[in-house]
Amino acid sequence: MIHSLFIINNTGDVFMEKHWKSVIHKSICDYFFEAQTKAGSAEDVPPIIATPHHYLINIYRNQLYYVAVVTTEVPPLFVIEFLHRVVDIFEDYFQGCGESILKEYYVIVYELLDEMLDNGFPLAMESNILKELIKPPNFLRTITDTITGKTTGVGATLPTGQLSNVPWRRTGVKYTNNEAYFDVIEEIDAIIDKSGSTVIAEVQGYIDCLVKLSGMPDLTLTFINPRLLDDISFHPCIRFKRWESEKVLSFVPPDGNFRLLSYHIGANNMVAIPVYLKHNIFYREGTAGRFDVSVLAKSTMGKTVENLVLECPFPKSVLNVTLTPNQGKYSFDPTTKVMSWDVGRLDPTKTPNIKGTINLQTGCPVPESNPTISLQFTISTLALSGIKVNRLDMYGEKYKPFKGVKYITKAGKFQIRT
Amino acid sequence: MTDSKYFTTTKKGEIFELKAELNSDKKEKKKEAVKKVIASMTVGKDVSALFPDVVNCMQTDNLELKKLVYLYLMNYAKSQPDMAIMAVNTFVKDCEDSNPLIRALAVRTMGCIRVDKITEYLCEPLRKCLKDEDPYVRKTAAVCVAKLHDINAQLVEDQGFLDLLRDLLSDSNPMVVANAVAAISEIMDASPNAASALEMNSVTINKLLTALNECTEWGQVFILDSISNYTPKDDREAQSICERVTPRLAHANAAVVLSAVKVVMKLMEMLDTSGDYVTSLVKKLAPPLVTLLSAEPEIQYVALRNINLIVQKRSDILKNEMKVFFVKYNDPIYVKLEKLDIMIRLTSQSNIAQVLAELKEYATEVDVDFVRKSVRAIGRCAIKVEPAAERCVSTLLDLIQTKVNYVVQEAIVVIKDIFRKYPNKYESIIATLCENLDTLDEPEARASMIWIIGEYAERIDNADELLESFLEGFQDENTQVQLQLLTAIVKLFLKRPTDTQELVQQVLSLSTQDSDNPDLRDRGYIYWRLLSTDPAAAKEVVLAEKPLISEETDLIEPTLLDELICHISSLASVYHKPPNAFVEGRGGQRRVLPVKSQSEGTTEEPAAPAPVSQPAPQPTVIPGADSLIGDLLDIDLGPGPSMMQQQMYPAQQAAPIQPAGNTGGMDIFGEGLDNLLGGGSSGGDMLGGLGDIFGMPQSQSYIPPQEVWLPATKGKGLEITGTFARKSNQINMELTFTNKAMQPMSGFAIQFNKNSFGLMPAQVLNIRTPLPPNQSASTSLPLNTTGPVQKMEPLTLLQIAIKNNIDVFYMSTQVSLHVLFTEDGEMDKKVFLKTWKDIPAQNEVQYTINNVQHNADTVSQKLRNNNIFTIAKRNVEGQDMLYQSLKLTNGIWVLAELKIQPSNPSFVLSLKARAVDVYEAIKTVYENILHN
Repeated sequence: MIHSLFIINNTGDVFMEKHWKSVIHKSICDYFFEAQTKAGSAEDVPPIIATPHHYLINIYRNQLYYVAVVTTEVPPLFVIEFLHRVVDIFEDYFQGCGESILKEYYVIVYELLDEMLDNGFPLAMESNILKELIKPPNFLRTITDTITGKTTGVGATLPTGQLSNVPWRRTGVKYTNNEAYFDVIEEIDAIIDKSGSTVIAEVQGYIDCLVKLSGMPDLTLTFINPRLLDDISFHPCIRFKRWESEKVLSFVPPDGNFRLLSYHIGANNMVAIPVYLKHNIFYREGTAGRFDVSVLAKSTMGKTVENLVLECPFPKSVLNVTLTPNQGKYSFDPTTKVMSWDVGRLDPTKTPNIKGTINLQTGCPVPESNPTISLQFTISTLALSGIKVNRLDMYGEKYKPFKGVKYITKAGKFQIRT
Repeated sequence: MTDSKYFTTTKKGEIFELKAELNSDKKEKKKEAVKKVIASMTVGKDVSALFPDVVNCMQTDNLELKKLVYLYLMNYAKSQPDMAIMAVNTFVKDCEDSNPLIRALAVRTMGCIRVDKITEYLCEPLRKCLKDEDPYVRKTAAVCVAKLHDINAQLVEDQGFLDLLRDLLSDSNPMVVANAVAAISEIMDASPNAASALEMNSVTINKLLTALNECTEWGQVFILDSISNYTPKDDREAQSICERVTPRLAHANAAVVLSAVKVVMKLMEMLDTSGDYVTSLVKKLAPPLVTLLSAEPEIQYVALRNINLIVQKRSDILKNEMKVFFVKYNDPIYVKLEKLDIMIRLTSQSNIAQVLAELKEYATEVDVDFVRKSVRAIGRCAIKVEPAAERCVSTLLDLIQTKVNYVVQEAIVVIKDIFRKYPNKYESIIATLCENLDTLDEPEARASMIWIIGEYAERIDNADELLESFLEGFQDENTQVQLQLLTAIVKLFLKRPTDTQELVQQVLSLSTQDSDNPDLRDRGYIYWRLLSTDPAAAKEVVLAEKPLISEETDLIEPTLLDELICHISSLASVYHKPPNAFVEGRGGQRRVLPVKSQSEGTTEEPAAPAPVSQPAPQPTVIPGADSLIGDLLDIDLGPGPSMMQQQMYPAQQAAPIQPAGNTGGMDIFGEGLDNLLGGGSSGGDMLGGLGDIFGMPQSQSYIPPQEVWLPATKGKGLEITGTFARKSNQINMELTFTNKAMQPMSGFAIQFNKNSFGLMPAQVLNIRTPLPPNQSASTSLPLNTTGPVQKMEPLTLLQIAIKNNIDVFYMSTQVSLHVLFTEDGEMDKKVFLKTWKDIPAQNEVQYTINNVQHNADTVSQKLRNNNIFTIAKRNVEGQDMLYQSLKLTNGIWVLAELKIQPSNPSFVLSLKARAVDVYEAIKTVYENILHN
């Protein structure tokens, strides 16, 4: 299974290593650096690298590479999922996961890694169990520790949830205010071609929850139109049989923040495109080229499109752009050649537009093709697919919880070819 | 208060200071010191000198301190084994602690201390912990068994820990079961002995399936992987496993999903493909695979590599999901390239328009690798979807007009393939291609262009000038280009002999006299000889009609594909290689798909080899290095023997001559001819006849007559006779299929059960189909010995399953052991003597072989032909004593002494080997060979 883990920063410094079996010298990372040099950008490093005796499986998150070393035939997805989970847990513990933060909580990081794997097998990966074993650092604790002179961050009793049928939930949870919030988030991934027609559009949806309920609540959640959800991935807490037979989500929730389920509404269903672009972009040799783009609302179901940002990556041969937006601000990064226009709110009475000139570097040929523009935006109180929660019921506990459901649509990978 | 302060100490006297602090009386100070030590350790500083001081801190009630000390121990015990012993007592004590957390922690840490001396002390506490009342301790102990096995496998097996581990599979707690499964699979991978002890059966599988629903996601992966190694006894069991595994397809963890896909893909093979259940399974598989593509790019990559296998096996699963494979411009390059591959696999007439529009878009992107692959993909579309070929060609022409150098070169390479698929259709574009001649600087593009010019020389007015221009720098060209140029000019000469004589002479002399490359020289000489002896024949050979190229060129070979399907979700599936090809220390265990209970029509037969009457002159294909020699053999020998075969064996006219890569490296002008005929796949039973014609001595190895393995009554009309033969270092199974039923048969496939020598087919069964009623077809199936090994009774028993469109048949036969004697079985005399003495006398067994009508020399020769080597011959009191050695493919040496008395037809054979089990079979071999 997983033999060792190295954490490497952007400058190629192996600043943390952990071995669950014998020690593998960090010179093994040279193979990784080799692959990194070959890759065009930080994201392009292949996730699996073969070396003569080991395999390096890595992920790239928050400007850090997490490189796991395996020596036997293991499912690579297992390792990749594990690494992502490790980062999730770090983020949960330290409210961030940069290099400086990891260094700051070095010992806790090390203790966590030690608790997560045993002999390369995952041991405790549930955040609630880990928190009972190793207390997360927080301001309050630091103060109480200093006052009482007690500095142990390690729990001395066996975590309760570890072996129950519901390992994701600890026992004895108590809140004065019992509340449960459900966010239905839909991300629209789309490719729109030059002429404005949709090449592909699909929705990636999630239900993220914040549940603060005392005791062992047993929840059921129903939808008005469950039929929409045919491609769905569940958190382990959901009872699959109930869903299969009755299309009811029945579960004992974990405590705190978690993702209840994710779903996918494929390209074979019709997905409405909320916004589109009108564009006129061309380059000219010697003189300035032209850039003229307007954003228009299409099917927003009467809701407002907010936080609209347009990004346009130009080819290397572009020197700079001189543009005038009629709304918001734009910036151009001369090293990455990315133009970013922060449009803000899409006012239905006004069409945001940006236009101006593109200047090529002297002597460079005209680029082959126009850039692909990507959009970011959010639309609150709307789930694009039309999915709607019907009701939430709680069994097993006596109190009356406060419940809330919120819908948000966001742009995922929303790309427009020009 | 942060931990970064532990990293700030860089002073010189650091170790001494730490030492003092560690021995301090104050608990707090001690703990701080240990923390500093750990921090130094994790950044790679050597703090092993503090070992005794740190170990002293171990006896404490403070759990955090204890943990830190344990961390330290795990790291440094190896370098300080003597010191580590000091810690043993504390471990043993901690294993009895009342707090289960401490018990578990102790057993966990003990296993991580990789010191031989300590392992012995570990056994007792571990045994106790495996039966601990607390499941948390049990599950930790299960993992510890795997750790211990890694350090000392023998100890674990001797101490009976494997049985204890097996017992944990029935534990009431699913987490314990999951960890036991994980430990077992790790042990099985490492040690073949343990593998047989821990073999799964339907009872244990049932327990695992129960635990599957309740254990953690990681445990589910272990359990699913274990289940995928199990072959159910019938389709009903397979279906019930599928039913219990499919809910996992909706799991949020991608690893669980893919492992579940693996189980389902494998078990589906056993089910009735036309049944409703399989149809519903196929429907259930698509959504989870699509979902994986919206996860992180690393997950997408692994998913795509696996999807690539899945669509090759069952293209129907994702046939409607083309769009999810469209490339986003900011996908990492490794995702883009994989998506492109799958797009091509899913391309069909219904979606070609969309795909082509996308590919055209991709061809203008920035990344060179991606653009190249996109251009190539357009060509592959043209070859795959005939109605779209024209559109593809015009797209390629558009791309050539862009004059982007690498785009043009890629386009020319694929256009050559398009010409090979659709001859005489798109030649009008040749003029455009020729315009770009000067810009080509990559060998593959140059070679392709030259091929095009040679092939269509009669339509290109200035073909001679063009080729001549290439000829100027002949010496500096890549071999690939040189070979193409040679062939192209010869073609040109045959088409326009009048004005190109000078050119052809020039190229022939360049390639024969001035070249160091043997391939090039040989090809040159062959052309030269052909042209000088019989230009008409040369024309027939060189300008013969070529077979059309097959649709998809990069499909994975079916047996490998089947094996990889069994390894979905593993590294093997990412590399598309069987695991034993790259994972170290992995035994010869290869997985095979279970035999289907019904035939299945989705896997198309690879393009049929060219029929004999139309030998395939291959020089026109751009040859890969390994097929070069095959090409030559084909040109030179193709027509000859095949004509002979036709005259002599009219009934066998369909026996194909394959462009035989495996006969490579033979001397084509010398005695290699017989090897080629014997060693090729052209049907072994005609060997004797051809041998006679050529007046060759009967120096071939003994081939027992074919026996009926499957009578027609049992085979629903299919009769199979067969035998085994060893030819030029290759074990072959000679099979004759006779169709005694009323309807034609097709879709033949063969599979072997595990057997004593790991025999398995090295290729797919290559037989002429359909086989019409009352006809028979023969084939020679090469075998290798890399398959799974299981001792059979009798040793030489081989169980075979044959499938055709009617049913699956099972038969068994006995392998004549002599085919397993290897060519390197000749032992050095001294070694022979020593080995003979070393093997204990009780291993010696004597047999008498009666009624042999040969003298010592003939016997010796006959045996030698079968790789039984006579090391020495002695004459003792009028008796000839032959000392012989042989080696089996699995490395077993057998020594023999053959006593021959003149005028006595009874020979006495004494055998000596370390493995006495093989004696019977060897005696039979001697008898057969000597009586032959």
